[in-house]
Amino acid sequence: MATAPAAREYSGTHDTHPEHADSDHKPGFFARWFFSTNHKDIGTLYLILAIVAGTVGGILSGLIRWELYEPGLQVFTEGSLLDRLGVFEGKHGYNVVVTAHALIMIFFTVMPAMIGGFGNWFVPLMIGAPDMAFPRMNNVSFWLTAAAFVLLMITPFVDGGQGLGAGTGWTIYPPLSTSGHAGPAMDLVIFSLHLAGAASILGAINFITTIFNMRAPGMTLHRMPLFAWSVLITSFLLLLSLPVLAGAITMLLTDRNFGTAFFNPGAGGDPVMFQHLFWFFGHPEVYIMILPGFGMVSHIVATFSKKPVFGYLAMAYAMVAIGFIGFVVWAHHMYTDGTPINMRAYFVAATMIIAVPTGVKIFSWIATMWGGSIEFKVPMLWAMGFIFLFTIGGVTGVVLANAGMDYTFHDTYYVVAHFHYVLSLGAIYSIFAGFYYWFEKMFGVKYNEILGLIHFWIFFIGVNVIFFPQHFLGMQGMPRRYVDYPDAFAFWNQVSSIGYFIMVAGLAFFFIMLAEAAIRRRKGVPNPWGIGATTLEWTLPSPPPFHQFNDPPVVRAEGH
Amino acid sequence: MAHGAVRHDYHLLNPSPWPLIGSIGGLAMAIGFVVWKKGLFGLDAGTWWVLALGGALVAYTMLGWWRDVIKESRKGEHTPVVQIGLRYGMILFIASEIMFFAAFFWMFFEMALFPEVRTFSPIEEVRTAWETWPPAGVETLDPFHLPLVNTLTLLLSGTTVTWAHHALQVGNRKAARTGLILTVILGVLFTSIQAYEYMEILHENLFFNDEAAASKLYGSIFFMATGFHGFHVLVGTIFLAVCLLRLMAGQFTPQKHFGFEAAAWYWHFVDVVWLFLFAFIYVAFQGG
Repeated sequence: MATAPAAREYSGTHDTHPEHADSDHKPGFFARWFFSTNHKDIGTLYLILAIVAGTVGGILSGLIRWELYEPGLQVFTEGSLLDRLGVFEGKHGYNVVVTAHALIMIFFTVMPAMIGGFGNWFVPLMIGAPDMAFPRMNNVSFWLTAAAFVLLMITPFVDGGQGLGAGTGWTIYPPLSTSGHAGPAMDLVIFSLHLAGAASILGAINFITTIFNMRAPGMTLHRMPLFAWSVLITSFLLLLSLPVLAGAITMLLTDRNFGTAFFNPGAGGDPVMFQHLFWFFGHPEVYIMILPGFGMVSHIVATFSKKPVFGYLAMAYAMVAIGFIGFVVWAHHMYTDGTPINMRAYFVAATMIIAVPTGVKIFSWIATMWGGSIEFKVPMLWAMGFIFLFTIGGVTGVVLANAGMDYTFHDTYYVVAHFHYVLSLGAIYSIFAGFYYWFEKMFGVKYNEILGLIHFWIFFIGVNVIFFPQHFLGMQGMPRRYVDYPDAFAFWNQVSSIGYFIMVAGLAFFFIMLAEAAIRRRKGVPNPWGIGATTLEWTLPSPPPFHQFNDPPVVRAEGH
Repeated sequence: MAHGAVRHDYHLLNPSPWPLIGSIGGLAMAIGFVVWKKGLFGLDAGTWWVLALGGALVAYTMLGWWRDVIKESRKGEHTPVVQIGLRYGMILFIASEIMFFAAFFWMFFEMALFPEVRTFSPIEEVRTAWETWPPAGVETLDPFHLPLVNTLTLLLSGTTVTWAHHALQVGNRKAARTGLILTVILGVLFTSIQAYEYMEILHENLFFNDEAAASKLYGSIFFMATGFHGFHVLVGTIFLAVCLLRLMAGQFTPQKHFGFEAAAWYWHFVDVVWLFLFAFIYVAFQGG
């Protein structure tokens, strides 16, 4: 990106803090990490939260795969390890694990990593801003997310009405989440969602304001890097969809505690209305989890192909289109609950239309690579893995978009395979891609390329072995969220469970990579990727100073 | 390039304790609510002090946080570009609030427009109750009685707050004060009338007579939608009252008074939500 130091007009009327004159002055440890108002530190805190939560969520998925390794009850039964430990006991424990795995991975791993972590770190850097618009509010977003995580983590040890914990699935449909789970655990889950939602709404306000108000001189919206575009669109989805969830779970809470009748058919209420409200949030939510990944992958593909991204404006507006359409497809999650035929026809058509802007993105990434001088560095492998695997998830999504097909596939492992291909193998891949891409920038040290490669390849094999066979299981009719299954499903379940252990081996190399980089401390350079890396963060030292862009850069040309 | 003197007008902040304290307060409130309703961690149901403690922490955070914001504003940290940011922030916050009410309106319209869908219910009382909206047995309020008074109260308060704004813009502090005092009084009046009407509904058992199973639902959606609106009126009244104190302390100038404008925007938002509530819950679907 062409930049030039410019003597820019500024009012000079306000009192610039003396602390900020020296732009690398840092507060003391406690103030820095607990009272932070610095977007990079808050981003790091979010990444730490995401790694901790991701580890917990990953262990929970291990319990699921362990239980499903063979027919019969192994883990969630009397006399097992869990039974002796006194957590996740019995078949209800399996439901609790499934619920906690989903909520942790969605609200405390993917969202904090992508939006809280990379969004906080790199949106201000990419648009040439010194920080976020509301730095203090930025921190309350983080701490509310942490508080929400604490609430969720105590629920498995609290009575849920069916045993310890809430086993409703992340969708918390009534009546299972009302009369079916009368205990306090369910209330804690609801409040966890309230707090996480409030945190995300405040974060969304912060990102939108930052992007609209704090871009460097010369950086028009049509020159803005695609990652910033993706976070902007994600923030709008958060801002407009989360309050609807908040309303829905507030009604759920009053149904549980104050005797209202919103979702209680015995008193005239309608449980299907909860599904409408939930999925009006829930569907934009799945785009919230993938759009920032789209942004990161665009930068990485362009960087390592040493070409500007193909069809920049189309890429930006494809994300806008996905965001818009994402708000009008929610009932495709509800084909089987009595939705009228006309409504199903509409939601099928609307859902399939999303494949068009998504296709624009996939083909533009391929066109970016086309004819490029491609370097297969670790971030590029993750990004290419993302494109390949996300496409598989997208194609099964088109299958499921058909109400006729979904009548058969609904609540089978085909759906599980589909959304893990777009999330485990899509969102998580883009998070790893971004993590390796910006590792040196964030932490100022280099990672070991070989360890990164090993991590990628083992993880790649592992997750595919886990999730590809689940397509077969789904097509054979194996239902999801069941603790046991008939012998007929044994083979592919065993394969899937073996895949889990391969994936864990891959993840071990991630932590080895982190430790190795922390011990060796090879000093990072401002731009390790060369001419392909054109966005503003690469003009700064690695790590960037505590406050960057005290003198705003002037953007003179398209960079992306 | 990044080092050296600060040559931008953005607002960088020193570390602040409020986000952490406020979040601990929020956590304590959530746990406290569950303790109060259900009992938890060895504390019996009905234990209120955890909830109160959390609420106190949150209130303390609000006081301290906004005190800091006002101090920074007085110091001149809110430069024109920062004020634009604050405007974006307030507009976006109100947008999210609109979507919050959308959830309750959606619930209401589903119930009011498509009651016949629920006549498939296997429960006979529900079937009978659902042939019409409002459900049989529910006695709705006369919209052109107290609700109309409340509508006029809020509309009038919208004009007085605009009066105060215009007076502030031309530097007429006295008129601004009068306009704002009237607005706060009208806000309190609205809340009082609403409280009176709630008591009447409960006292006369208008919604909850046991003739129809679905009557409970009418009360649920009525109190949820109007109740959350009432809560927002309360918040808006406090916001305006704080602005009144700041006005009297001479903190607003004709050029710079965004705190007041944010309160006025919020007040108009609350006003518009009421118009929708009045038009649909009170008038259009009152039945009879």
